[in-house]
Amino acid sequence: MSDVLAALPYAVAAWVLLAGCYGIATSRNFIHIIVCLSLVQSSTYLLLLLVGWSGHATAPVFGDVQPGVRVVDPVVQALTLTDIVVGAAVTALLLALTIQLAKRLGTIDPDRIRSLEEDLEE
Amino acid sequence: MIADVLLGVLLLATGATATAVALTREPTRQALVLSAYGLVLGVLMVALQAPDVALAQVGVGTAIVPLLVVLTVAKVDRELEHDDEEGDR
Amino acid sequence: MTRERASRLLFAVGAAGAAVLFALALGGLPHVGDVPHPYGARAVSSAVGRHTANAISSVNFDQRALDTLGEEFVLFGAAVAALLLLRRMRDEDDRAGVGQAGPGDVWSAVNLAGFALLAPTVLVGLYVVAHGAISPGGGFQGGAVLATGLHLAYLAGDYGVLERLRPLAVFDVAEAVGAAGFVLLGVSGLFVGDPFLANWLPTGTLGSLTSAGMVELFNVAVGMEVASALILLLSKFLEQALLVHERDHE
Repeated sequence: MSDVLAALPYAVAAWVLLAGCYGIATSRNFIHIIVCLSLVQSSTYLLLLLVGWSGHATAPVFGDVQPGVRVVDPVVQALTLTDIVVGAAVTALLLALTIQLAKRLGTIDPDRIRSLEEDLEE
Repeated sequence: MIADVLLGVLLLATGATATAVALTREPTRQALVLSAYGLVLGVLMVALQAPDVALAQVGVGTAIVPLLVVLTVAKVDRELEHDDEEGDR
Repeated sequence: MTRERASRLLFAVGAAGAAVLFALALGGLPHVGDVPHPYGARAVSSAVGRHTANAISSVNFDQRALDTLGEEFVLFGAAVAALLLLRRMRDEDDRAGVGQAGPGDVWSAVNLAGFALLAPTVLVGLYVVAHGAISPGGGFQGGAVLATGLHLAYLAGDYGVLERLRPLAVFDVAEAVGAAGFVLLGVSGLFVGDPFLANWLPTGTLGSLTSAGMVELFNVAVGMEVASALILLLSKFLEQALLVHERDHE
């Protein structure tokens, strides 16, 4: 039983990643794909924070606690922190590309885009 | 003990909300579910002793990204409608 | 079998394989919470040694500032590319902003709440940026809070007020100053004989506002850049969604 419970955190991170991949694979709308991509990125944040977590430790900020108290790992939190904000900017870039796609090709269905490209080449 | 139960509940809630985000097909509704997912993930991050990261997650993933998605949907819908009208003419 | 069913089947096979690999890999990791973290212990002791109370800010802006420089420029590049993609094309017009988009049709409670929370949120954003070295916060989070706080004016229903509160030229310059400022602050270390991005200002007592040396200045530069980049991105998206439309051919 405790083995199952110990596997739950990593299992949730893997589940979120696979759910996002399922959304991307079976999608008919580029905006839906972009949101699922953001979901996949968030699963990596979860995994990083889980790796750095420690049972009876507190946050690595020494405002109220004195140095010397057990704290969780700050390195993975630093990685995750910048990743979140930069990931949002890249999501904005992808959404801008989708707007251009709608203007130029008149559709945001990934299946139809493949066939429209064939039309354009003629 | 209670901390473990809390963590377990938050992890399951994160998994459930993430599934809901992937399964919601309509982009405007999906943006709202993404916002809720961002909030749940932020609370989980606080439970994992990462307040800095939770602040960034709630500020960016819950407020800004869903707003960008909704604005994109509005623009794309207008473009596609305009194209349909031009095609019908 | 239709193409859609075939693609779902292919995904199921791929996902099953990935799940097996995850189970093997993550099952081989130590249980969550049990592990000693050698890098973490060293990073924390180093942060305390440099009198920075927020160990994460110390890792981001002092011990591994080069990575943050790269991340900041990824943000800058993505924002500039998105702004370029959303520029107004030759065959597009825009409706006059202020006259067309007056106070929207929102509940007066939302209107009141939005405008009442605008100034406190911006103030909290500035606080988060300024206190990045001594409490949870910093340039990245504070910039996000600032950008969101400013757009409470739009969420409260009035795009015209948002336009007046948001001089775009100022934010254009602020974004560039933030990005360049980070590099120039790093170069300033070279003039005193320290490495690039070194923390060469004197550090005070742990927990006071000026305790961490250069970390606060880096925080301010990053905060300026992140807030400006997000405000510019949101402004272009709002403009495209609300104002820009293809010129009608007569």
